[in-house]
Amino acid sequence: MTIVAAVSVPQRGIALDVRAVKIVIQRDLIRTVQDRTRFVAALVQPLLFLFVLGAGLSSLTQGSTGALDLQQFMFPGILATSTLFTAVFSAMSIVWDREFGFLREMLVAPVRRSSIIVGKALAGATVATVQGTLVLVLAPVVDVPLNATLALTLLGEVFLLSFTMTAFALAIVARITQVQTVMGLMQVLILPLSFLSGALYPLSNLPGWLSVVTRLNPLTYAVHPVRAAVFEHLSMSPEVRQRLNPPITWGGWIVPTSVQLLLVAGIGAALLAVAVVQFQKVE
Amino acid sequence: MTAVEVEGLRKSYGEVVAVDGVDFTVARGEAFGFLGPNGAGKSTTIKILCTLASADAGTARVAGFDVRTQRDDVRRHIGLVFQDTTLDGYLTAEQNLRFHAELYGMPRQSVQPRMRQVLEMVGLWERRGSKVLTFSGGMKRRLEIARGLMHSPRVLFLDEPTVGLDPQTRNSIWEYIAQLREQEDITIFLTTHYMDEAEHCDRIAIMDVGKLVALDTPAALKASVGHDRVTIRTADDDLAAQALPDAVRTADGIVISTEDGASYLPRLFATLDVPILSVSVRRPSLDDVFLAYTGRTIRDSEQAAGMPAFISAMVRR
Ligand SMILES: Nc1ncnc2c1ncn2[C@@H]1O[C@H](COP(=O)(O)OP(=O)(O)OP(=O)(O)O)[C@@H](O)[C@H]1O
Ligand SMILES: [Mg+2]
Repeated sequence: MTIVAAVSVPQRGIALDVRAVKIVIQRDLIRTVQDRTRFVAALVQPLLFLFVLGAGLSSLTQGSTGALDLQQFMFPGILATSTLFTAVFSAMSIVWDREFGFLREMLVAPVRRSSIIVGKALAGATVATVQGTLVLVLAPVVDVPLNATLALTLLGEVFLLSFTMTAFALAIVARITQVQTVMGLMQVLILPLSFLSGALYPLSNLPGWLSVVTRLNPLTYAVHPVRAAVFEHLSMSPEVRQRLNPPITWGGWIVPTSVQLLLVAGIGAALLAVAVVQFQKVE
Repeated sequence: MTAVEVEGLRKSYGEVVAVDGVDFTVARGEAFGFLGPNGAGKSTTIKILCTLASADAGTARVAGFDVRTQRDDVRRHIGLVFQDTTLDGYLTAEQNLRFHAELYGMPRQSVQPRMRQVLEMVGLWERRGSKVLTFSGGMKRRLEIARGLMHSPRVLFLDEPTVGLDPQTRNSIWEYIAQLREQEDITIFLTTHYMDEAEHCDRIAIMDVGKLVALDTPAALKASVGHDRVTIRTADDDLAAQALPDAVRTADGIVISTEDGASYLPRLFATLDVPILSVSVRRPSLDDVFLAYTGRTIRDSEQAAGMPAFISAMVRR
C-alpha cells in the first residue's frame, strides 16, 4: 500500500454541488429500480383506476360523457394522480434515511444542504416521470391516440407536476424524524389534495364551495394542462368539451395553460426554498 | 499543528448539561481516547467537533479550522464513524463508497484505487458487490471505517468503534487503526467505554457527567493511582468497610489501594474480624483510575445513569 498524503477533497464550488445533486439522484434511481414491490404497486394503482373503476363506472356515466368513453376522460387525471403519489413517496424516503441513519452521512459531507434537497426533488420528479411513461403506454388501450408531441408534452407536464409535489412533500417532511408520523400525515394531505384538484371529475357544475376550493388548490393548475393536452387530441362536440374540460377562470379571465404551468413552477420553486430552509435547521 | 483544540466547550439539551466546560488538545498523529460511561457526553463532544451540533459556549478547532465558522473546511478534513450505522443497506459496499466519494468531490481518477486500498485494508474487497444489508455487524463497522477513510481525512473520529463486536473483530479493528497510523498522516479521536481498549490510545481523557476528570497517557494515569488494588468480598461488607477506613465500596466488593498488595494481605487477614469470602490483588488498571477520579467504577456510573445491570452487562459483553 502507498502512503496517501493529500486530502483529496477539493474546495467547494458549483461543480461539487452538481456532483452531489447527481449522486443523490442516482442513488434514488438505483433504489427505485431495485424495489420491485414498489414498482409493481406504483403500476397497480393506475391499472385499478382505469380498468376497474373506469370500466365499472362507465355504465353509470354513459349518457353524460357524450361520445367520450369514461376511461378516455379519466386517463389524464389518472396519469397525474399516480405520478403524484410516486413523487410524494419518493420525497418521504428522506425520513427513512434519517431513521436508518444514512441521512447523517449526507449531513456531514462538505456540500450545501440545498444540493441534497435539490437532488431529492429532481430524483422524485425523475422517478415519477418514468412511471408516467409506463402509464402512457396504456393510452392506446383506452383509445387515447398518442403521438410524439403529445407524449413529450405530457411527460414534460408530469415532470413539472411531480417536481412541485416532491418539493411540497420535502418541505413538510424535512424535519420529521419518524416514518410513522410521515405516513399518517401524507395520507391526510394527499388524498384531499388530489380529490380537490379535478383530477377525477370535471370542474364544471360544481357546488359553489367546491369550485372555490379547487381553484385555490395548486394541484388543479398542474392537472388541468395535462387534461387539456389529451383533450386536444380527442374529437368531441364543443358542448361536451366545455362540460368535461372547462377552462379555469379567475373572475371571468380564462387562465391560459402557460400561466398555469408558470404558476406550478413558481409554487414548486417556493416550496423547494421552504424545504431547503427547513433542512438547514436539521441537526 | 494541533489536530484538535477545544476550549471551554459547553452544550446542554434543555435541562441536561451534556458537555460541561471541556478543554483539551490533541496533537497531530496522536490516537486520543475519550473514556466514559453512558451519557457522559462523549458522542455530544464528537458531534460538536464534526460540526453536526453547535456548542452553546466555547471554541473548537479541528485540523486547524474553527468548527463554527469554517464548517466546510472542517468537514473536508475529517472522517467519521458514528456510534449508529449510517450505511445504505440497499446499496452494495462499493455503491456506498462511491456515493461518499461523489459527495466529497474526490478527484475521479483517485476513487477506484483508493476504494480498493481501503476495502482491502478492512478485508471487504471481495465483498464489494454485496448489498450491505447482507453484512454482519462487524462487516458493517469495517465498511464504515473504510468509508470514513475514503477521502484521506486528517482526523478520523470513531464513536464507539468496537461496541457490540466479537473480540476477534475488535482486535482486527485495532489492527487497522495501528496500520493506519503507520501509513497515513492521520490523527485518531475515539470514544469507548471499554477500559482495555483505552490502552491502545496514546492519551486518554476520562469524561464523567460532561466534565473531563483526568487526561494523560494510560501509563501515567495508572501511575497516578499508584497502588495495587486489593478487592475483597466478605460475609458482611458493611462491617468490613467500617473496619477499613481507606476502603471504597463498589459493585465488585470492597476496594483498598495499597503500596504493595502482597505484604498487605496478611495484615488484612489479621485485622479483619468479618469472614473474607474472596480476595484479588491487581496492578492498577484504568478501571481503578476511573474509580480514583470519580469515586465510582464505570459500571456503577452506568447503573446510576438508569441503565439496568443486565443491559449494561450485555452492552459491555
Ligand atoms: N439530541 C439530544 N437531545 C436531548 N438530549 C440529548 C441529545 N443527545 C444527547 N443528549 C443527552 O446528553 C447526555 C450525553 O449524551 P451523549 O450521547 O453525548 O453520551 P455518551 O457519552 O456518548 O454516552 P454513550 O456511551 O451511551 O454513547 C445524555 O444525558 C443524553 O441524554
Ligand atoms: Mg455515545
